[in-house]
Amino acid sequence: MKQTSHAFMQHAEAALADAGKAQRRDLLGLFMPLARDAATARYGDFEALRAHLKRVRTHTTNHLDHYLARFEEASLRNGNQVHFAATPEQLNNTVLSICQAHGARRVAKGKSMVTEETALNEQLLKAGLEVIETDLGEYIIQQAGETPSHIVGPALHKSLPEIRRLFLDRHKLGERSLEQVEDIVAEARSILREQFLQADVGVIGANALIAENGATMLVTNEGNGDLCANLPPVLIVCTTLERILPRAEDAMALQRLLVRSATGQAQTCYTSFYSGPQRDDDVDGPLETHIILLDNKRTDILASDYSEILDCIRCGACLNHCPIYVGVGGHAYGWVYPGPMGSILTPLLSSLEQSNALPNACTSCGRCAEVCPANIPLPDLLRDLRQEENQRQLNSPRLRRGLRVHAWFLRHPALYRRLGAWTMSVLGLLGRRRGALRRLPFAAGWTGTRDFPAPEGGTFMQQYRNRARGGRRRG
Amino acid sequence: MENQKPKRRRTRPRRDVALMVTCLADLMRPSVGFAAVRLLERAGCRVTVPERQTCCGQPAYNNGDVNAAVPVARAVIEMFEPYDYVVIPSGSCAGMLSRHYPALFEGEWRDRALALAAKTWELTRFLTEVAPLPPPKRPPLDATVTYHDGCAGLREQDIKQQPRQLLLQQCGVDVSELSQTEVCCGFGGTFCTKMPALSTKMADDKLNSAVATGANILLGGDLGCLLHLAGRARRRGLELEVRHVAEILAGTPPGPGIGDPNG
Repeated sequence: MKQTSHAFMQHAEAALADAGKAQRRDLLGLFMPLARDAATARYGDFEALRAHLKRVRTHTTNHLDHYLARFEEASLRNGNQVHFAATPEQLNNTVLSICQAHGARRVAKGKSMVTEETALNEQLLKAGLEVIETDLGEYIIQQAGETPSHIVGPALHKSLPEIRRLFLDRHKLGERSLEQVEDIVAEARSILREQFLQADVGVIGANALIAENGATMLVTNEGNGDLCANLPPVLIVCTTLERILPRAEDAMALQRLLVRSATGQAQTCYTSFYSGPQRDDDVDGPLETHIILLDNKRTDILASDYSEILDCIRCGACLNHCPIYVGVGGHAYGWVYPGPMGSILTPLLSSLEQSNALPNACTSCGRCAEVCPANIPLPDLLRDLRQEENQRQLNSPRLRRGLRVHAWFLRHPALYRRLGAWTMSVLGLLGRRRGALRRLPFAAGWTGTRDFPAPEGGTFMQQYRNRARGGRRRG
Repeated sequence: MENQKPKRRRTRPRRDVALMVTCLADLMRPSVGFAAVRLLERAGCRVTVPERQTCCGQPAYNNGDVNAAVPVARAVIEMFEPYDYVVIPSGSCAGMLSRHYPALFEGEWRDRALALAAKTWELTRFLTEVAPLPPPKRPPLDATVTYHDGCAGLREQDIKQQPRQLLLQQCGVDVSELSQTEVCCGFGGTFCTKMPALSTKMADDKLNSAVATGANILLGGDLGCLLHLAGRARRRGLELEVRHVAEILAGTPPGPGIGDPNG
């Protein structure tokens, strides 16, 4: 997937201009938080659970080498083959070589943001394989030739009529209306059932890796991941280092936080644990299983000031609660991960040069950090990125100059006061009649859509001093 | 003028409060500063306004220019050291002093920043939790009022009920609530000029919600948000008076609302 994060601001403007889509996003921004709040309230002591998982995650990432070794050992004992991939290309090549070793032609995929990150599909298609996405949302956007707009609901940007038209157009199944949502889902299901049965290789992601028993956990609502994992003879789990947790009970704590934060459910339809290939007395399951652990700069992030972003459990709550994400939608961010978590991950996984607009897409309102089940201080990390942007002079020279001049005046109160008083009296006079100015030089960013309220005239400090003097004279 | 009144003797020792006016109130709307002084005096405080104050340094800090923000923070920390309390009519500036200054330093300066953080209060919180206002001596306000919670106040200072409680006690006003009170108005400091279209859309969401409450006055505790909302309301020609909550609480004969014509 070609990254276009540098054009975030232009994408955002274009997204806002599409009123229909903007309205649907507003509904998402209204209802998802309500669902999340209700679910966390019903749970009881959600805060204690958050704090618990934070402790576990911090401990685990501090001892990542230890838990990775334990996971690998347990996983190998279960009969899995474990691969490490330093780069996206290495992950893609590993998947491809496994497919080729089995003479595979068809790959059925469960939802996986990691394989979006590595652009696995493109690579497999280029090598002549057939790849089918089996998560309904992923299937829809694959058919439409689009990319996910949300890390949990990849097709949330598509309206029902759009999906209906897409299916009528793509599935050559003759006359039918697809009037009801159920009709659309049933059609997708019948097509996907065939794909599961025909697939030579299944590819899925993981929500957690359990060090003590070498199993991977997958949380879904559609069960498509389980069909990908169990029907094809070969299973490949594509995941990243930081999904690791010490114990099965830690994975369950994560699951409780994840589900409530992501969809507001108390439980998803499926929570599965995959330990390894079919054993002698098993009735089904894959014959060969692989786990690929991708690094892609994560060990660098671990050693940096941004390490807390590795605690992210990909629930999407920060997206649903972010006024910027809700305002402009996920595609504006121009890569795989949108919203607050994406605005941090994208610069770290690609480069700040390519994506320095993203950390600026933030009002520091703090709502994301308030709901983040992993307690990540997202606005602070975004500010740290802006600091790096400023240090490396990637932001506009005009802004940098402005900030420096402003800060200089702040440290020279007498001058600041004189200049401030003069400016305010001029603005006050200019805006006196209307109470506000429609246009101001150098402030088009403000006055393009807003009046500039006229200052009352005379600064507080000036007036206060005068009153105090007057008081002394009178007293 | 209050300083013409004979001074009453008080048995309770007065609290020594330094007022941080905030740059926006100082420059744009001095009446917010005077309202804060009156409220604090009414609550029995001795108010000082240190002369060297300018701004808390948030613009530089939020835009990543820490080198510019640190000397500003040092000056603020030093300036307020002699006082028992620092009170600020803004949740955002109060958050800067109490939450973000300590993060700027290590060692001795961090301790000094933490000492400042411990005695820094946003105005409405101070007037409910530290120095309560006496009962009012005026008739209830005849207006429908809605309230915008600034994000920094809401999330960094736990300010939600305090202004509502004060409005009820002091003005007999029950706030008619906006629909999504916890969603940002789109000001966000320099954000409002970095992403003007989105910032404006967020202001419109707030203003539409305010109009839907039937309110004729929109109050808030942060001038940044209020200037942004008032500026947008004027551009749209909405009949909505926008004010800082301190202006209404102080009960002074108010001048025009933010961005409204004189007289």
